[in-house]
Amino acid sequence: MAEMTLVEAIRDAMDEEMERDENVFIVGEDVGQRGGVFRATDGLFKKYGAMRVIDSPLAELSIVGVGIGAALYGMKPICEIQFADFIYPAFNQIVSEASKMTYRSNGAWSVPMVIRAPYGGGIGGGLYHSQSIEGFFTHVPGLKVVVPSSPYDAKGLLISAIRDPNPVLYLEPKKGYRLIRGEVPKGEFTVPIGPANITKSGEDLTIFAYGMMHFYAQKAAENLEKEGISVEVVDLRTLVPVDQDTILKSIKKTGKALIVHEDNLTGGYGGEIAAIIAEHAFTFLDAPVRRLAGPDVPAVPFSHPMQEWFMVNEEKITNAARELAHY
Amino acid sequence: MDLSSELMREMYWMMLLSRRLDERAWILHRQGKIAFHISGIGHEAAQVGAAFALRKGEDWVTPYYRDLALMISLGLTPKEYVLSLMGKVGDPSSGARQMPSHFSLRRVNAVSHSAPVATQAVHAAGIGLAIKMKNAKQVVLTTIGEGSTSQGEWYEAVNWAAIHQLPVVFLVQNNQYAISVPPEMQMAVKSSADKACGLGLPGISIDGTDVFGVYKSFTEAFETARSGKGPTLIEARMYRITPHSSDDDDRTYRSREEVEEHKKKDPLLLARQVLLDKSIITEAEMDTLDKKAKEMVTEAVNFGEQAPYPQAEEAGYPIYFEEVHHG
Amino acid sequence: MPTKVIMPKLGESVVEGTVMNWLKKAGDSVEEFESLLEVESAKVNTEIPSPAAGTLLKILVQAGETVDAGKILAWIGESGEQVPAESSQEPADMEMKHREQQEQESAPAQTAPQTESKPAPMDLENQIAAGRDRDLGFISPVVAKIASENQVDLTRVNGTGQGGRISKKDILSYIKNRGEVEAEQEAPAWETPGEGDLFRPTEMQFPERFATRNETSESTSGEAKKPLQMKSSTAGQLIPHTKIRRRIADHMQMSKRTSPHVTTVMEADMQNIFFHRAKNKQSFENQGVHLTFTAYFLVATARALQKYPIVNSSWTEEGILLKTAINIGMAASLGEEGLIVPVIKNADSFSLIGIARQVNSLGDRARNHSLAPDDVADGTFTITNHGTAGSLFATPIINQPQCGILGVGLIQKRAVVSADAIAIRPMVYLSFSFDHRILDGSAADGFLAEVVKNLEKWN
Repeated sequence: MAEMTLVEAIRDAMDEEMERDENVFIVGEDVGQRGGVFRATDGLFKKYGAMRVIDSPLAELSIVGVGIGAALYGMKPICEIQFADFIYPAFNQIVSEASKMTYRSNGAWSVPMVIRAPYGGGIGGGLYHSQSIEGFFTHVPGLKVVVPSSPYDAKGLLISAIRDPNPVLYLEPKKGYRLIRGEVPKGEFTVPIGPANITKSGEDLTIFAYGMMHFYAQKAAENLEKEGISVEVVDLRTLVPVDQDTILKSIKKTGKALIVHEDNLTGGYGGEIAAIIAEHAFTFLDAPVRRLAGPDVPAVPFSHPMQEWFMVNEEKITNAARELAHY
Repeated sequence: MDLSSELMREMYWMMLLSRRLDERAWILHRQGKIAFHISGIGHEAAQVGAAFALRKGEDWVTPYYRDLALMISLGLTPKEYVLSLMGKVGDPSSGARQMPSHFSLRRVNAVSHSAPVATQAVHAAGIGLAIKMKNAKQVVLTTIGEGSTSQGEWYEAVNWAAIHQLPVVFLVQNNQYAISVPPEMQMAVKSSADKACGLGLPGISIDGTDVFGVYKSFTEAFETARSGKGPTLIEARMYRITPHSSDDDDRTYRSREEVEEHKKKDPLLLARQVLLDKSIITEAEMDTLDKKAKEMVTEAVNFGEQAPYPQAEEAGYPIYFEEVHHG
Repeated sequence: MPTKVIMPKLGESVVEGTVMNWLKKAGDSVEEFESLLEVESAKVNTEIPSPAAGTLLKILVQAGETVDAGKILAWIGESGEQVPAESSQEPADMEMKHREQQEQESAPAQTAPQTESKPAPMDLENQIAAGRDRDLGFISPVVAKIASENQVDLTRVNGTGQGGRISKKDILSYIKNRGEVEAEQEAPAWETPGEGDLFRPTEMQFPERFATRNETSESTSGEAKKPLQMKSSTAGQLIPHTKIRRRIADHMQMSKRTSPHVTTVMEADMQNIFFHRAKNKQSFENQGVHLTFTAYFLVATARALQKYPIVNSSWTEEGILLKTAINIGMAASLGEEGLIVPVIKNADSFSLIGIARQVNSLGDRARNHSLAPDDVADGTFTITNHGTAGSLFATPIINQPQCGILGVGLIQKRAVVSADAIAIRPMVYLSFSFDHRILDGSAADGFLAEVVKNLEKWN
C-alpha cells in the first residue's frame, strides 16, 4: 500500500497495464515527452517509447478515430483527450462509430478502447478547460462511462476499462488530481465497471454523487454528522451502465435523495437517477428528489468570483443536504 | 507488368457478377421486394482492380457504401448480399441491422462502416498504425467518394498516415457526383489526388474505368505501403451511371445525353473488349459467363426470398461485446 | 352593470371546476347568496351562491362543462339588462394571465445561483395559521405507505419536518413508541351494544310507556325481574312467553308476511372515517359531543336517502308513499329489557356534529328511560348495528311500515386489495333489507352503493 494522488493512481494503472499487455498504448496530445499536461503519462514515454506513447496531431477526432481503427485491429488504445472540453470534434467517432460498432456488425467487431478525459471546473480554466461533458455521453448505448473519485477506484476502474472489450469513457476529475489522496495497493487489482459504492452509511438521506462532487459530498456528510444528521453517500462511479440496485437499496433505506453533479442541471445525468428513484421507489420517498447541479449557463466562467458562483462545493452540498434532512 | 490471362478473366468475371447483381437490386427495388439500393454501377473497374491487388483475407479494407464490386471480389457472396438487401437472417455485414451496402465482412478484414461519410478513413489510419506497431506485413485499403474528401475526418486520416508513414492506400472514387453536386463544388483543385501534396504523400489520378490499369497502380501502391514506405492517395476517375440511390432522381441535376455519353465508356464493356481483343475469351464464352452470372444472381434472389427475417427481439442486442452470441 | 358569476378556485392547486347542475335557469330571479349552481372540482363539490340579487341573465357554461377557475359562468343583473359581449371572458382571463405573469416575474428572485431542482414550496398558510388545528400538510409517499401498512392515525403523529410535516422518521418513531394505548384506541368503538337484528318497535319494549287500556299491570318491573317459571315436559323445558316476547314475535311475523324481504350486502372501507374521526374526536369532545361511528352511518344514510327518496317510503295499496321527512331510527340495546329504536327526525338536516349530538342525547335518554314517545315515533328508515356482537352481516327484518333497514356489521381490519397492493383496512359489511314490492334490486343496490360511497369518500 502506498498513498497516492488521483493522478498518480491513474498513471500507475496505465504503467502496469502497458507492462502486462503490449497491445496497450497511449495516444493523445503532449502525452509523450511532456508526459501529458497534467503529467498523467509522466515517465511512460521514456519507458515504453514513441510507438506506444504517441504524441498525436492536434486533432481530437483522429485521436479517437485512429484509436478505433487500432482497436479494430486488436490493440488496446488509451486515447487521452487533453481537456474534456475538446472532445466534441470526436463526438461523431465516439457516438456513431465506437459505441455502435458491436451492434451494427452484430458482434463481428468490437472496439476495446479507453478514452480518458480530465473534466470539471474549479481550476481557473474558464469556459473551455472546465466543462463537465458526461451528460452527452451517458445517453449513448454501447458506451460505458466511468468516473473515479478516489485513487483506489481510479486505478482499479482504469485497469477494468483497459481490459473491457467495449469503448469506455473514463472521466477524470482533474481538480482532484493532486487534491485527492488515498491508499492504493501496488500491483494488479480491479474495480469492476458497474457497481456503485456506498462510501458512507447513513439513515436520514442519501447523497448520490460522482467524481469531485463525491469528494465534496463526503465532506458534507462529515459536517452534517456533527449536527446529528446521518447522511448516506453513494459514489455512483459507473454512470453507464448504472447500478440501479444500489441506488434503490439506499433510497429505500433513507427515503430522501440529493443528487449532485457539477455538470449543469438541465438534461444532466442526475435526472436519470431521479427518474430511477421516482419510477422504482416512489412509495419509499419521504421528500421530493432533489438535484444540486451547476447552473444552466453555457460554461464555467474564468474570473474567480464567477467561477465560484458556478461551482458546486462542500458548502453548497452541506446546505442542500441539511435542508433536505429537515424537510 | 503483364497480367496473366487467368487473372484478367477472373477480374472480368467479378466485374460481370457484380454488375448483374447490382442491376438485379434495382429491379428488386422497382418490384417492391427491397426497400433501398445504392449502386456501384460504373465503379467496377476501380474496385475490382484495387481488390485484386490486395492480399485477400490478409490485408485490411475500410470500404464505403458504393463498394459492391470490391466486396464481391473480396469474397462476399451474392447470396449474402441479397440477404442484406432484404434485411434477412444471415446478412454478414450487420445481422440485418444496417441498411444494404453498409458493408462489413470480418473474415476478410473488411471493417464495418457507417453512413456519415469519411469516418472509415480514420479507422484505416488506426489500423495502419496498429500494423506498424505490430510490424506486420499488411496494408490497408480505404475507399471513399470524391465528395467525402471534403470532410475533416478524411484530411485527419490522410495526415496521420502521412506523418507516421502508415501502410494505407486511400482510394478516392471520383464519379463526378456527390449525389447531385459536382466536384468543382467540393474542391478547388482539379483532382482529389492534388490534395496529397499538401499533406505530404504521393497522389495520383488514374483512369478508373480501366480495370487492368487500376490493378497495376494499386499493386505498386500496396507494395510501397507494405515495404514501409508509406501511404499513397489514388484518385480513380469514373462516371456514376446510375442515380445516387434508389431514392434519387438524377434527372433533376443531369441530362440524359450526359448519362448516355458516359455509358459508352462503361468499364464492363471496356474490359470485355480488351479480353476479346486479346482473344482471352471468345464471344461464345462471354455469353456463357453472362448466363452463369444471371443464374447465380437468380439463385441468390431465390435464396434470399426463402430466408427468414430476424426475430424482432434480436434488435435488443448486442449493445456490448459481452452480449455477443457467437455460433 | 351586471355582475359576473365565476368559477371559483376550489382549493390550492385546483385549476378548474365542472358545472354539475344549474339550480336556476336564465330568467329566474335570485337572491344574493342563494344557491345558483353545483360545482365539482378535484377537491370539493359545492354549491355556488349568487354573488348578487337580481335576475339570472345568461348562463355561459352549461352543466357538464369543465372550465378553468376564473372563467365567467353566468351574468346576474336587472331583468332585461344587456350582458357584456362574449369577449367579456377577457377580464377574467386577463386577470389570470396577469397573475401568472407576476408569478413569473417574481420567480428569478427565488432562483438561487445553484440550479437546484427545488421541491414545490409547501403551503405557507399551513405554516402560519397559529391556533388553528394543525393541518397534516404534505404527506410523503413513504409516510402514507407506512401509515397505511401500520394503521397509523397521522393526526396523532408529531411532525418535526418542514412546516410541521410528518417525516418518515416521525412516523417510525411513533410506531415504535405506540403501546397498548394506541392498540386499544384502534378498536372500533361502537357505542351502543346491540344484539343482531333483534330490534323491535319501541312500544313492545316499553309497554308501560305505551300502555293501552287492554294492558294490565302484570308487567311491573318487579315481576319482570322474577325468574321465569319453567314447566317440565318430556320434550324439554317450556319457557312461557312474556308479553314482550309475544309482541316481538307478532311484529316479526307480520313484517315478514307483509313485505317480501330481500337483503343485499356490500362492504365499505372505513379508513377515511377512521382518520376523520381520529382527527376530529377531540375537537368534538371540546364542544361536549362524543363522536361515534353511528353518527357517520346516520349521515351517510341520510345523504343516500336524499338521493334515493324511493327508499324513504311505505307501501300502500293506493301507491308508494314517499315520506317528506327523513327520520332515521337507530336501534339501541337496553340489555335484558330489549331494544329501543329512538328516531332522529329530519336526519338530513344535520351536520355530522349535529347528528352526533342527537345520537348522544337519544342514547343517553334511552339508557335513562327518559325517552319521550315522540322520540321513538315516525321513523321512515332504520339502522341496526348487529356488529357489536361480532356479526359480519345479517338479514335484518324491516321495521314496518318502512321500506328498508340497514344492518351494520362488525368493523374489522381485513386485507383488501387496493391499487393492486394488499392493504390492511378497517372494513364493514352493510346489509340492506328492503321491501321488494317497492324496490327492485338495482335501485336497492344503488342506494346501498351510495351509502358505501358516502362512507368511503368521507371528507
